[in-house]
Amino acid sequence: MRKGKILACAFLLSALAAAPGASAQKKYDTGASDTAIKIGQTMPYSGPASAYGTIGRVEAAYFNMVNEHGGINGRKLELISLDDGYSPPKTVEMTRRLVEQEQVLFDFQPLGTAPNSAIHKYMNAKKVPQLFVATGATKWGDPKNFPWTMGWQPSYQTEGKIYAKDILANHPNAKIAVLYQNDDYGKDLLKGLKDGLGAKASMIVKEASFEVTDPSIDSQILSLKDSGADVFVNIATPKFAALAIRKVYDSGWKPVHYLNNVSLSIGAVLTPAGLEKSVGLITVAYLKDATDPEWANDPAMNEYKAFLAKYYPQGNVADSSNVYGYSAAQTLVQVLKQCGDNLTRENIMKQAANLKHLQLPLARPGIEVNTGPDDFFPFEALQLARFDGQRWVAYGKVIE
Amino acid sequence: MDTFLAQCLSGLATGGVYASLALALVMIHQATRLVNFAQGELAMFSTYIAWSLIQAGVPYWPAFALTLALSFAAGLLIERVVLRPVRGAPALSMVVIFIGLLVILNSVAGWIYSYTVRPFPSPFPPEPPFGQHYVSSHDLGAIGVTIAVLLLVYAFFRFTTLGLAMRAAAQNPESARLAGIRVGWMRALGWGLATAIGAVAGMMVAPIVFLDPNMMSGVLLYAFAAALIGGIDNPFGAVFGGFFVGVLENLLGAYAIGQELKLTLALVVIIAVLVVKPAGLFGRTLVKRV
Amino acid sequence: MRAENLPGPALPTWKWAGLAALLAALCALPFLLSNFSVFQLTLVMAYAIVLVGLNMLTGYNGQISLGHGAFYAIGAYAAAILMDRYGVAYWMTLPVAAAVCLAAGFLFGLPALRLEGPYLALATFGLAVALPQLLKHKSLEQWTGGVQGITILKPDPPFGLPINADQWLYFFALAVAIVMFALARNLLRGRIGRAMVAIRDNPIAAEAMGIDIALYKSLTFGVSAMFTGVGGALGAIAVQFVAPDSFNVFLSIAFLVGIVVGGLASLQGAIYGALFIQFVPNLADRVSRAAPWAIYGIMVILFMYLAPGGVAGIVHRISRTWKRRKT
Repeated sequence: MRKGKILACAFLLSALAAAPGASAQKKYDTGASDTAIKIGQTMPYSGPASAYGTIGRVEAAYFNMVNEHGGINGRKLELISLDDGYSPPKTVEMTRRLVEQEQVLFDFQPLGTAPNSAIHKYMNAKKVPQLFVATGATKWGDPKNFPWTMGWQPSYQTEGKIYAKDILANHPNAKIAVLYQNDDYGKDLLKGLKDGLGAKASMIVKEASFEVTDPSIDSQILSLKDSGADVFVNIATPKFAALAIRKVYDSGWKPVHYLNNVSLSIGAVLTPAGLEKSVGLITVAYLKDATDPEWANDPAMNEYKAFLAKYYPQGNVADSSNVYGYSAAQTLVQVLKQCGDNLTRENIMKQAANLKHLQLPLARPGIEVNTGPDDFFPFEALQLARFDGQRWVAYGKVIE
Repeated sequence: MDTFLAQCLSGLATGGVYASLALALVMIHQATRLVNFAQGELAMFSTYIAWSLIQAGVPYWPAFALTLALSFAAGLLIERVVLRPVRGAPALSMVVIFIGLLVILNSVAGWIYSYTVRPFPSPFPPEPPFGQHYVSSHDLGAIGVTIAVLLLVYAFFRFTTLGLAMRAAAQNPESARLAGIRVGWMRALGWGLATAIGAVAGMMVAPIVFLDPNMMSGVLLYAFAAALIGGIDNPFGAVFGGFFVGVLENLLGAYAIGQELKLTLALVVIIAVLVVKPAGLFGRTLVKRV
Repeated sequence: MRAENLPGPALPTWKWAGLAALLAALCALPFLLSNFSVFQLTLVMAYAIVLVGLNMLTGYNGQISLGHGAFYAIGAYAAAILMDRYGVAYWMTLPVAAAVCLAAGFLFGLPALRLEGPYLALATFGLAVALPQLLKHKSLEQWTGGVQGITILKPDPPFGLPINADQWLYFFALAVAIVMFALARNLLRGRIGRAMVAIRDNPIAAEAMGIDIALYKSLTFGVSAMFTGVGGALGAIAVQFVAPDSFNVFLSIAFLVGIVVGGLASLQGAIYGALFIQFVPNLADRVSRAAPWAIYGIMVILFMYLAPGGVAGIVHRISRTWKRRKT
């Protein structure tokens, strides 16, 4: 894979070149030293959201790889990732331990909206970076009030607005039915959809919610079908999205079907649902799907698969969470490289807010990471795509 | 009207899921007088065993049979090794042990198999029967299998000596021992059978809800409600209870209270049934002698 | 379980001295430990109050509850809503939480009267499972903040005392815990306590002796819920955040595990249990990153084998052997 290696080198070199001239003197805050950088994290390794625990594991594996190649500017990355079981009180306890006992430099990708809400004020009061939080809630991009918190993925509301725009443009007289997961993420996406429709929010004729503990959502799908809607927006995590796709097809309903981004994996969602039942699905994407034949010969994708095989063999290639974690880890590596020898918490936030035209290997072409002192949303661009039975085919332009 | 029918039939299909797990719960209760909170996780783990066999290339029905045998053995083992030492313990300790088992099984399954959702094959044809689109062949097939298991369980308890011995051992261990029944082994047998039934439930449920370690956690409460409604000692009641709960949940969720209160509904149903008719619809009312 | 489980007659002098020493040690701790450990100990005290409540219901009165997480949630939300929406002082929220939970527990106890053993466990299990969804409901959203939850501020030490907020909260929790434990001890020592135990051990005989079973059982439920609610309010103030996700069924399971491991029908058991549920999951995490709950489950089961009387039972056995050696 010479092409792959060249691309990787190019990526690393460009990253180094982009680093601003590091000052000759070293500046450290707690958690940083000549030899190591201590990074804290809370992840749901147990409990109902444990499926997302793989994000923490793939990131740990990535840092292992970076360390094997000499670390960053000669320093090893030490990730201390604790289990919070997706329970906010536990998150508070674990985060306090990371900050006060383990003395980490910053908190990287803590996962979950409620868990992050629980520590939001604390982190800003303590002036410890709450960096690249692993949730798409919109409230993380607020530098004026919370200068120490930054999100990473495109916000759910942005996504909802894009669907709204597409519906208004292509199906202006539609009746819309929405299935949404009854938690912060589902409600946030729904809000984005409604905000995007604006005055025409009445196009939504029926909404139905479900809990992640529900064994079946057939009843909800039947109610939605009964409303006579001809557009269906599917706001669900992978397992339920697959159930919904299958039931919609099996019940004979043929709406224009929008599938939300977290569930676009061909291997993990569309295949269990049935590929032939998924034809025509529309989604927005910012990362490449490892099971999409579109990227079968993509050197960056092959490098990723090789990384998984070597450093995280128990990771599931079909799981889009692993692509997510890999890319987030790369973003952090870029930030740390830009910091050079100035490893203060203030500089970490400064460099995180100084990412320009960063094209990550597994981000879709044309979709870059950009941040600024007023722009705490690294990913804002999304690409609409339609499923043709085999792969996601992009259509339209990249939307900011 | 069309949707009403669809909701009812969909409720029956989901109800079949509850019914099959409720059967396993009833079996354990018949044999040991215990309420087994870990039943769902045992069923889930058995299904993963089946999945592993199928992934290794074993064809469906042999994998099915092998899983049943392994589950039976596992149930037996659990009773002999885990439960026997604490047999005299108060009810509360048993509840805690079951919860411990629940937690261990869930955690180990997640560790070995990860939490990615996986499809599980169905032995029934993919095309819906008679071209209609209310229920799939698998839904009907799963209901059929549940009823077949129900009949087998009933026949076992009613018409075989072994079944009679098991019921005797549970109802009155002292007298049973005096009559020459090996009470300990009857309990173990009950556990083995219940785990095997749970495995069947899991393998029928997984194609519908997809296989993942948290597959059964949502189902457990409804399965309990089903078993209680039917009378925790009555296998027919359990199956009826399952269908009842499935349809009720769908209809009320769709037409009356909205989807956001379905769990509260299950709770209210459980309490209402227990308060109004504690023995369930088909159970025998126990009269205590003072 | 015999009547010796009830707290005995008034304490001898040497026991008072022992308690005083213990109190002094507890007061010194926040100045010796890090803020983080002080925070953890505050949570332990909140849990201990909860476990006293649950123990009253399940240990002394024999009614199995798998749903006390729900009362904890009600107490926590009461505190959060009062502090955030109405600006009520933090210490005022505790009596209100207590009153609300007393009523809620009593009301739940009424239909629960007819439920025995595992059936009651099941009904309470259903309560624990159903509550998070209820908390998220649209109609309650303007109070509860829905899925986003409510953030509250930690109270500052009053009168400008030279201690930090964590330490102050610890002392506040300690004071509340002492009051609640004293209250429990008095309740259990008196007629009510004896009635509770009588109902647990032999309901028919109890009824024949003139004890109004329905009244006592519901009352016990109410009082038990009240204790749990106070613990919940304290916990919410310590963590400074409430959300429906904080109160899932695992919390109720943890409480039950806590009283069984700590020791049923024992006041000290509540403390051991609280220490267990606060610190053991962290330990399990260190032993096995991959399957921490498996370790937790194994530990729980081992406890059931080796120490069915809980830690309090072990302590009791040790102290009896000690006493026997002295004579």
